[in-house]
Amino acid sequence: MSLWEYANPVKFLGLSARLQPYLWAAAGLCVTVGLVWGFFWTPDDFRQGSTVKIIYLHVPAALMAINAWFMMLVTSLIWLVRRHHVSALAAKAAAPVGITMTLIALVTGAIWGQPMWGTWWAWDPRLTSFLILFLFYLGYIALWEAIDDPDTAADLTSVLCLVGSVFAVLSRYAVNFWNQGLHQGTSVPVATGGRTVADVFWYPLLISMVGFGLLFLALVLYRTGTEIRLRRSRALLARSRGDA
Amino acid sequence: MIALLRRDLMLAFRAGGGFGLGLAFFLIVTVLVPFSVGPQSDLLSTIAPGVLWLGALLACLLSLDRLLALDFEDGTLDLLATAPLPLEAALSIKALSHWLTTGLPLVIAAPVLGVMLNLAPAGFIWVIASLALGTPALSVIGTFGAALTVGIKRGGLLMSLLVLPLYVPTLIFGAEAARRGAIGLDGTTPLILLAGITLGTIALMPFASAAVLRMTLR
Amino acid sequence: MALCIQGVAVARGGVPVLSGVSFTVAPGTALILRGPNGAGKTTLLRTIAGLQPPLSGRIDGAEETIAYAGHADGLKAMLSVTENLTFWAQVFGQSDIDAALAAYQLDPLADRLAGTLSAGQKRRLGLARLMVTGRPIWVLDEPTVSLDAQAVAMFAQAVTAHLAAGGMALIATHIDLGLNAETFDITPYRAQPEQRSGASDEAFL
Repeated sequence: MSLWEYANPVKFLGLSARLQPYLWAAAGLCVTVGLVWGFFWTPDDFRQGSTVKIIYLHVPAALMAINAWFMMLVTSLIWLVRRHHVSALAAKAAAPVGITMTLIALVTGAIWGQPMWGTWWAWDPRLTSFLILFLFYLGYIALWEAIDDPDTAADLTSVLCLVGSVFAVLSRYAVNFWNQGLHQGTSVPVATGGRTVADVFWYPLLISMVGFGLLFLALVLYRTGTEIRLRRSRALLARSRGDA
Repeated sequence: MIALLRRDLMLAFRAGGGFGLGLAFFLIVTVLVPFSVGPQSDLLSTIAPGVLWLGALLACLLSLDRLLALDFEDGTLDLLATAPLPLEAALSIKALSHWLTTGLPLVIAAPVLGVMLNLAPAGFIWVIASLALGTPALSVIGTFGAALTVGIKRGGLLMSLLVLPLYVPTLIFGAEAARRGAIGLDGTTPLILLAGITLGTIALMPFASAAVLRMTLR
Repeated sequence: MALCIQGVAVARGGVPVLSGVSFTVAPGTALILRGPNGAGKTTLLRTIAGLQPPLSGRIDGAEETIAYAGHADGLKAMLSVTENLTFWAQVFGQSDIDAALAAYQLDPLADRLAGTLSAGQKRRLGLARLMVTGRPIWVLDEPTVSLDAQAVAMFAQAVTAHLAAGGMALIATHIDLGLNAETFDITPYRAQPEQRSGASDEAFL
């Protein structure tokens, strides 16, 4: 029993159909609990007041915006190396979810930034990096849309994803070099293990982040299923035309 | 390889080859800037390095469209792919000829336009150095974008969408070096980082471009 | 060394079009490919030329030995006949273009820009390109399009000379070239839908 067996579209669809109800339920529960707890049962921050509560939307969205690209990078690599169609289609399915998360992070950031920094937009490294990430998503999706042959499209977008990742990292450092910003340090430093957020804020935030992760997973499974069925109907159409 | 370079240069210089188009575009963009922001010389002097860099970048982008598309249409790319010359080398040569016909003239023209934009005297050397170091990266990255979109009808706009985000690090370091130089600071650090990006892209991007082109020709 | 095709299957746009194609072209011989429009001749030739991978099967003897001529000639309108030919000769590491010019009677046109040639003259230039590659296997896709009877004769003569020198040719064409060559009809090799051929959309069925 190997993990690669789920690269078979039929097996993948079966597993995904069994998992999806639980995923949707868990995602809904976590997001609701995280957001409601965060918005209504946490104290106001002594400096930032109630505006801090947008963190429960902003941070998880930003987290998933980056993770979605990372997932696309991994699935693109799997497609290029092992040529599993499901992998390429999962990358395709993740892109619109990722760009939406990026957009949510940017918009909530602007809404948060207005009362805090007195401006909707600043050319702060973090904001700028997310804007660049948004552009990369845009190019990736546009390239998928522009190519007729699905395998060529998968190949080209995969290479774009790899090259884009390198340049996204380069851009991140370039932007840091270019402008030291206003943005507070990360709320969830993975590397150091320390936290800059107090426990009362942390637990709802954690639940919300888990919820967004599950939501992302459910959305990607759902969209990948749609893409697989689309390909199947195209293949059937092509075959019936070939027979005629 | 020399033959390919000579042919590409010959084509660029003959009628309809598009040599000078990028240069003219660079000139016009730079001339339009004072019209749009006003003729105050101190303002122009502040933004001059950035304007020169942005103008050079857009001029490079403008001519990328023809880099591979013409060869794709008349079947040259199919034949080159079956030739003994590795596709990676062919694409490096293509990028080189793009730089010789577009990037190098921009570097040479930049000081003249710098005078028109009231660039600070200390900045000239930095603008020239950063453009000379940075424009090869623009050509090489652009070749990748051209290879990605060569099979797509009316892929020009899409190519801009794909290539411009890839230009971000080059633009940031290049313009930063020029900007620091122009206000009398030392721009060595961004210049070194820019050189790093240029060398890295020259070394690695042809492989990505060739891989992508093989997928397109298939 | 002979060109040896064994059990090759090819796909066009993700749909398998041919499968189980096997033939051998020995030195000094030519093979004429026949088949109705859309049968997959171009796809097969592109696969043999190495421009796309086969779905399955083996292609032996095609490494760095093939000169491919497709529907487009790879000519630049703003270069002269000599310059176009010299360029391709140099790419393939050759230098002599006189024989090619003479074989297709291009000498009087040598200094004309390729853009000013007629369709048939361009085609002759495209075919002359094969002679400057120095490669033993010519893979030709409809080489006689827009050629008149006289030019077809020139082409047949060039192929005959190439074969006599130990070369090989694989030609997809509908007209009779008057060559002493075997004919290979690809119609029976049309891919059957129920065959598991490994085409791109196979997994989705």
